[in-house]
Amino acid sequence: MLKSFHIAIKDLRTEFRTKQMLNSMIVFSLIVIVIFGISFSDVAGDMEVIEQLAPGILWISFAFVATIGISRSFSDEIKNRCIDGLRMCPVDTGAIYTGKMLSTIMLLFIVEMLVIPLFSVMFNYTIQGVPELVLIIFLGTAGIVCVGLLLSAITINSRSGELLLPVLLFPLIIPVIIPAVISTGKILAGGSISDIIDELRLLGVYVIIFYVISRILFEYTIQE
Amino acid sequence: MSYMKSNIQRILLPLMLLSMIGLIAMVFYYSPSMYDDAGQLLDKSFNIFFIHLPIAIVSYISFMIVFISSILYLSTSCKKWDHLAVSAAEVGVLFAFLVLATGSIWARAAWGWYWVWEPRLTTSLVLFLVYIAYLTVRQSIDESDKSARLSAIFGIVGFISVPLSFLSIRLWRSVHPVMFGDTFYGTAGGGLEGTSIIITLLISFAAFLLLFAGILLYRYEIEQMKDEIYDLKSDLEMT
Repeated sequence: MLKSFHIAIKDLRTEFRTKQMLNSMIVFSLIVIVIFGISFSDVAGDMEVIEQLAPGILWISFAFVATIGISRSFSDEIKNRCIDGLRMCPVDTGAIYTGKMLSTIMLLFIVEMLVIPLFSVMFNYTIQGVPELVLIIFLGTAGIVCVGLLLSAITINSRSGELLLPVLLFPLIIPVIIPAVISTGKILAGGSISDIIDELRLLGVYVIIFYVISRILFEYTIQE
Repeated sequence: MSYMKSNIQRILLPLMLLSMIGLIAMVFYYSPSMYDDAGQLLDKSFNIFFIHLPIAIVSYISFMIVFISSILYLSTSCKKWDHLAVSAAEVGVLFAFLVLATGSIWARAAWGWYWVWEPRLTTSLVLFLVYIAYLTVRQSIDESDKSARLSAIFGIVGFISVPLSFLSIRLWRSVHPVMFGDTFYGTAGGGLEGTSIIITLLISFAAFLLLFAGILLYRYEIEQMKDEIYDLKSDLEMT
């Protein structure tokens, strides 16, 4: 477990040195929100309509940003054959996977926490139930990243590379997106934590199942 | 080995044809008119049920085969499991598409829309998309060993996501009738009564199972031939 933290810290340190990925993710999510803002500008004043659109808009931008973050997490290792270095580390392959997962979740979470106030400003929308929302977003992001990293490790071997990732990722994360969108909607409509307990449980189950399976299967993706 | 298989095929082909003709005849001339719970005569469009349900079950079976042979491939690295997985996936995608198509046609006749966003339909669509993605993985990786290994991984993960998406959408009520077992909120129509319906259903199930086995067998053979050609080619390059 400690070893996965070392790998996560290594990833975060290289990322904060250049901030290349962080910047592109932030700009990208800004653009997604702006496009939604422009396309729904007619109803921007209508709170009820925004309330219905908000969960969808938020999770579409999260899912899009996640594909960038996830695809970069392994393609960066291909450069200068860093992946060979990782493979030679005296750690279990599961630890590499967990470390990568922690760092990717961390980065995505930072971006998502910036998207929410941005959304609130662009749509003149007061967001309620922020602590619950943070919990949902954290679980949802963890679910997307869990399975996404495994797929990213698959796609770095393919001809089309990172282009393939969204095609593989989106069908598999539907079970995350659905409860996440439903529970976000309930919270934004003024619900409390007891209203979303079913969805949270489902998100939790998804995260656990996919973490375990991906950790086991990850070994097969990076062997030569 | 190949001689024995051609014998199976010799029997399988006429059986397939016969059962299909039998099925069509039974659906149109043998199966009785259906009544719903309120005792009202159901539309003739109900006949598509005898095709829709067996196809759906066969597509589940084929994805189950993909899942199991993917696990076996990863644990044994034996090529034949990979061939089985890709053949079953391709045939499964075909059947999954047919499920969506026949379902939509029936839905148009029975409910008035081609598509409704509800659990059963959404899960079928997800299933279809997941295995399309599976075939994309296979195509995009050139080296055959690597492609087999990585697509086996996707085959396992993909299969597991399907019951989960079913669960996640089960949070809503379903309008799709449940044929076997009860839903959370009691029976939702459906339910099968009458021997003639059961017989028709069994025949149609047998017909589609035969069709599936036949296509799978041919597809598996193609995959084996491909592998042989690949080996021969690499032998030639070596010399």
